[in-house]
Amino acid sequence: MTIQSPLTVQDFKSDVKPIWCPGCGDHAVLLAVTKALVELNTPREQIAFISGIGCSSRIPAYTNVYGFHGVHGRALAIAAGVKLARPDLTVLVAGGDGDGLSIGGNHFMHACRRNVDMTYVIMDNEVYGMTKGQASPTTAPDWCNSKLTPHGTGVSPVEPVRLALAAGANFIARGFAGNPNDVARLIVEGVHHPGFSFIQVLSPCVTYRPEQREWKQSVHAGQDQPPQLVAEAMHRLASDDGFTTGVLFAGNRPAFMPERKVTASFADIEKKFAS
Amino acid sequence: MSYSISVALTGSGGAGAMTAGQILLDSAAQAGFYGLMTRSMGPQIRGGEAAALVRISSVPISSLDDHYDLLVPFDWGNINRFSAELPLSSSSLILADPEQGDVPPSIAGYGARVAALPLKALAGAIPGGRANMVGLGAVATLIGLPIASVIAVLTKQLARKGEEVLAASTACLEAGAQAAAGLPSVTKLPSQPHGEALRWNISGNEAAGLGALRGGIKFVAAYPITPATEVLEWLAPALEKTGGALVQAEDELASINMVIGGSFAGLPSLTATSGPGLSLMTESIGLAVASETPLVVIDVMRGGPSTGIPTKSEQSDLNIAVYGLHGDAPHVVVAPNSATDCLFATQWSVHLAEALQTPAIVLSDQAMGQSRVVIDKPAENGFVAQRLVPEADAPGYQRYALTNSGVSPMAIPGMAGNNYVADGLEHNERGTPSSQASDHLAQLDKRAGKLDAFDYGEHWADIEGDGEIAVITWGSVTGPVREAIGRARAKGIKAKMISLRLILPTRPAQMQEALKGVKKVLVVEQSHSQQFHKFLRGHYDLPGDVLVVSRPGPLPIRPAEIETRLAAWK
Repeated sequence: MTIQSPLTVQDFKSDVKPIWCPGCGDHAVLLAVTKALVELNTPREQIAFISGIGCSSRIPAYTNVYGFHGVHGRALAIAAGVKLARPDLTVLVAGGDGDGLSIGGNHFMHACRRNVDMTYVIMDNEVYGMTKGQASPTTAPDWCNSKLTPHGTGVSPVEPVRLALAAGANFIARGFAGNPNDVARLIVEGVHHPGFSFIQVLSPCVTYRPEQREWKQSVHAGQDQPPQLVAEAMHRLASDDGFTTGVLFAGNRPAFMPERKVTASFADIEKKFAS
Repeated sequence: MSYSISVALTGSGGAGAMTAGQILLDSAAQAGFYGLMTRSMGPQIRGGEAAALVRISSVPISSLDDHYDLLVPFDWGNINRFSAELPLSSSSLILADPEQGDVPPSIAGYGARVAALPLKALAGAIPGGRANMVGLGAVATLIGLPIASVIAVLTKQLARKGEEVLAASTACLEAGAQAAAGLPSVTKLPSQPHGEALRWNISGNEAAGLGALRGGIKFVAAYPITPATEVLEWLAPALEKTGGALVQAEDELASINMVIGGSFAGLPSLTATSGPGLSLMTESIGLAVASETPLVVIDVMRGGPSTGIPTKSEQSDLNIAVYGLHGDAPHVVVAPNSATDCLFATQWSVHLAEALQTPAIVLSDQAMGQSRVVIDKPAENGFVAQRLVPEADAPGYQRYALTNSGVSPMAIPGMAGNNYVADGLEHNERGTPSSQASDHLAQLDKRAGKLDAFDYGEHWADIEGDGEIAVITWGSVTGPVREAIGRARAKGIKAKMISLRLILPTRPAQMQEALKGVKKVLVVEQSHSQQFHKFLRGHYDLPGDVLVVSRPGPLPIRPAEIETRLAAWK
């Protein structure tokens, strides 16, 4: 009998070089994901890592697990299909704020309420980076540095964790790319928590939002014991400044999974057609 | 006596026209006949006008006839909305209940015979009696369908409702039968059809569901849409009982992507929709092309564009099914040519999608999807999902490796050592994103080549008959074409039918072979802009004179229209 040595962070990284800018928060999220995978100690082939389109959605190709880089906004739908078809797999989903909350906003709401057992990381930088700097659903209304909305959007931003709570997500957390070990811990907790786990990671875009370099001054850890009641979590999040990190809600709804039990043969099914 | 008779039963919601039609069809099956029932419904959720259009035959049929031998309106409510769908001839008979008023001009204009039958009064004399059962008794007697067969069906169907309900219905049937004795005669069914063979009663949508199941579909994501919902509603319990799973998605964008996920994870996967849903799915069908993810999308076509005519049929999604994907995106499009063929076409599509690692679109339509047919039990065809997979830990595994067939082994999550990232970005053989011209060309060649090189056997088209005239058609319009060619043959006009089942990829060599010696081509389809004709022109060489019969839905194309064209060409 051979004893398999535990996998390392390097084992979970691919040899594909990220397209991300130097200093982008997504590098740290990639590190956090690989650290989490080491911690989870799941065989590589049992992990499916799904994404949509955007800078951050490139992440599956940089890992060494099964992955699917789909179309813009539909990562959660692909991921639900994977998990519902193959309950034995560990399903991770990642993408940006535009992918998940704008074009994919409807799927986000339904993924929260459907509560399929998977873990979704939104790498939130409040900007569309791949298309060179447009406002996203999390951008402040008075951000005027986009040619597309030179006077700002004038539209209130989405608060992803509040949205997730309202829609029924079973585990909600926030991390900061500047603290990859904390993000890794949140991912591990999210994977272990049954049902749909949502983790917002504040991941600075140093190219189009250089002011986000200052986020490290703003983030602060939340309370140790996360609320288990929606009302309590709601109350706390109502006055949250958007920079509280840690687990913000840990519910106990059972995960959704259709039961599979063979109770009939094809011949039984076909009997109904015989006249 | 004719080999078939056609009956139209109409009425407002609650009049029981659909129920009577269903029982009539079941009774015909019980008596050993074949049959076809289509329905014409208004858009109302409940209580709208409805017509059950039943054709009973001593031979298998897949087409409506030119006119109805018998029209039984339980009332005249909203009849003008679909009187164009109820063609009658001078020998047709209308059983009109005097209590419901005069025959409306839109029906009287056909010049059919009219006989008075007090349906409501007769039913009223029987406690718990219903006019539709009186009408059914009269119809059965007039067309020569044994009342015993109708009673046998009722006994089975009303078993749970108790003796009283059955007795009332039987009394109504008998009252109708007695009343019919004094009525003018109509065409009668042949006394005895084919022996005692087992008949099936199935709708096209159910047949598509069964084809999916037999083909090996294990995962379905569903979003309801008329007229495809029955495919999904049939599959939901069938999958649950046989170890598969169906999940309702939030929209068609989700359902197609869930199916992509299910298939990527290793299960043969399918969704069903109609035109508006197919429009929403096209981007992700392109993703399945690029990522070489097998899946099946059933499109049950309805009148378009936009919301169009959701409850009625048209062959106008051909263009979007063939050309709707952006980029060069070769995929499979298969069209069943009858309600019965929905089974084979769907099952074959599952096989093709899995073997070729490609999306396959099944182009059904409302006319066949929501038709019920009485047929011989369909034979097993043996087409099942078989996906080429690599060995575990395949050395140097490359998901998109260039192979002779163009099909590369597809690793499934759980297989150690073969993990890869599927991608809608253009990629190299390994799957790593690449924008290099050489990788793009190699992968485009691969994806097109694998479809082209495959042997589709004889199933690419149904070819029948011979002659210098060829009728090229597809989909549910094949039924009337087949019937018209049969009639023409009996009159000495020889024509060949080529009904395309495999729309994509095209089969130019096979078509050229099929068109050898053909001097005239008649194209028959149901679209306003001649989508099929233009498709043929774009991909095939059509010899000699070409004539097109093409008009939009919802009026079905009838055999006589095609027969007339053939006769004119003799």
